Amino acid sequence: MQLSLHETFFAVLTGVVLLFATATALGAWLESRTSDTVKLAWIHQLNQRIRGSWAIVGVFALGFALGGEALTVVFALASFFALREFVALTPIRSSDHWALVIAFYLVIPVQYILVAGGWYGWYAVFIPVYVFLLLPVVMALRQDNERYLERVAKVQWGLMISVYCVSHAPAIASIEIAGHEGRGALLLLWFLLVVQLSELLAVAASASFGRTPLRSNPAKSREGALLGGVAATACGTLMWWMTPFGWWQAALLAGAIVTAGFMGTLVLASVKASLGARDQWMEGGVPLARGALGRLDAVSFAAPVFFHLTVYFYGSAL
Amino acid sequence: MPIKLLPPLVLLARLLVGAYPRWLGSAPSANQRIYFANHSSHMDTLVLWAALPGSLRANTRPVAARDYWGKGGIRQRIAEEELHVVMIDRARDDPAADPLDPLRAALHHGYSLILFPEGTRNPQPLPGPFKAGLYFLAQEFPQVELIPVYLDNLHRSMPKGALLPVPIICTIRFGAPLARLAGESKEAFLSRARAAVIELAEDRR
Repeated sequence: MQLSLHETFFAVLTGVVLLFATATALGAWLESRTSDTVKLAWIHQLNQRIRGSWAIVGVFALGFALGGEALTVVFALASFFALREFVALTPIRSSDHWALVIAFYLVIPVQYILVAGGWYGWYAVFIPVYVFLLLPVVMALRQDNERYLERVAKVQWGLMISVYCVSHAPAIASIEIAGHEGRGALLLLWFLLVVQLSELLAVAASASFGRTPLRSNPAKSREGALLGGVAATACGTLMWWMTPFGWWQAALLAGAIVTAGFMGTLVLASVKASLGARDQWMEGGVPLARGALGRLDAVSFAAPVFFHLTVYFYGSAL
Repeated sequence: MPIKLLPPLVLLARLLVGAYPRWLGSAPSANQRIYFANHSSHMDTLVLWAALPGSLRANTRPVAARDYWGKGGIRQRIAEEELHVVMIDRARDDPAADPLDPLRAALHHGYSLILFPEGTRNPQPLPGPFKAGLYFLAQEFPQVELIPVYLDNLHRSMPKGALLPVPIICTIRFGAPLARLAGESKEAFLSRARAAVIELAEDRR
C-alpha cells in the first residue's frame, strides 16, 4: 500500500514524537532510580542529548508546516550562532573586523539565499571559491601582516564548518530525485534522525558497555561509539521506506552519515581544544554557547557528504 | 502609548553578543548597588543593563555622558525615557556645579547605578586608570554595595572606529562586593577597585 504524501508525513511525525517521548520518559525514570554518581553523570549526559533531540521534531514540523524556506532560515540562524561561537574562541585582531563583518552580514545571508533558491551551481562554490579568494584580499588591504595566513585560515575555516557545511543540510530537502518529488523534507528528516540516533545510541551504549573513554569526548567510550554507530546504521536501514533508496543503499548511506558525523565530532573536539575552549564554558552555564558548535559538529560533516553522494547517484537534474 | 524602543534593542544586543551574565562573587539582589565596569565599546551600557534580571532593571540606572547620550533624537529618547540614564557633564560648562550631583540625587532616591569609572571608552581587554567619582560616592554612601563587573569580549566585537559590531559571545562577570577599608587613601581605593575588575577578567569560569 502506498501512503499519500500527507499521510506519510503525519505517520513519521507521530512516530518521531512517540520515540522521543518514550526516550525522555525512560531517561527521567533512569535518573530518578539511580543513586550511583558515576552512572548518574552518564545518564545526565544522555538526557541532555534526548532533550536536544526535540529540536529535530521542531525543525521538521516547521518545515512541514511552512515549507523549505522556513527550514533554510532555521539553519541560517544555526550557522550564525555557530560562527559567533567560533569567533569568540578564535583570537582575532581588530584589523580582522572587516573580514568578520563580511562573513556575518554578507556570506551567511548570500549562502542561504542561494540554498533557498536552489542554485546548486552557486552555493556549492560560493564559499570555497569566491569567499576563499575575497577574504584574504580584504584582510591584505588592512596592511596588518602579523600572522596573516593564520588569521585568514581561521576565518575561512569557521565559514566552511559553520556556514558552508551546515547549509548543505537544508539543501538535502531540495535534491530532485525522479519518483520522489515533494518528499525532500522526508529525506532531510531521515538524515537528521540518523545523525541524532548515532549520537544518542553512542552515548547510551557507552553508558552500558563503556570501557575506554574517548579522549575527544569523555561521554563516549570506544566500544559505545562503535556499537552506537552500527545500531544507528541499522535504524537508518529500517527507515529506508522514507527515502528514495533501496534498503541496502539506505544502509550504505546511513553508514556514510554515521562515519562522517563521528569524524565531525572528533575534529570539532580537537578544534575546540586547540583554541583553548574551557569545558565548563562549552558545556554548562552558558545556554546558547553550548548549543551551536557542539550540537552541529556531526551535522556539519555529515551533511555535505550525504548531499554529494545523493546528488551524484540519484539526482535527476539540478 | 509610546512605542518602546528598548526591548528590540536588547533583543538585538542579545543576538549579536549573547550578553550572558555570570554571577561569580555575588548574586542578583535588590540591595542598592553601584555596578562599576570596564568600558570598551558603545554597547557596554545596554549590554550590562540587559544582563541584569528583569526585576532589577527598573531600579538600576546607567550613568553616561551627556555629550554622547544627550544629543537629542532617538538616542536621547531611549536614554531618558526607557533606560533612565543619569546624565553626567563631561564638558563642565558651569565650573561651580559638581558633576557628581545627579549621581548623588539618584542614590538618595534609592536607585542602583551602573558606572564606568574609566570615564571614557578604552577598547582594550583591561581597564585603564579609574577616575575619582567612584571613591567619593563610596565614601558618601557607605550602605551601597560596590559590585565590580567585567565585560568580556566587547572590545573585540566593536573595535574603535568600527561601524558595525561583529557577533561574538560576551559574558558579563559580576564579582564579590568591594569592601571599604577604614582610612584607605583615594589612590589605594581606586587601584583596588580596578584590580577587582581585572581579577574578574582573569577568572575564566
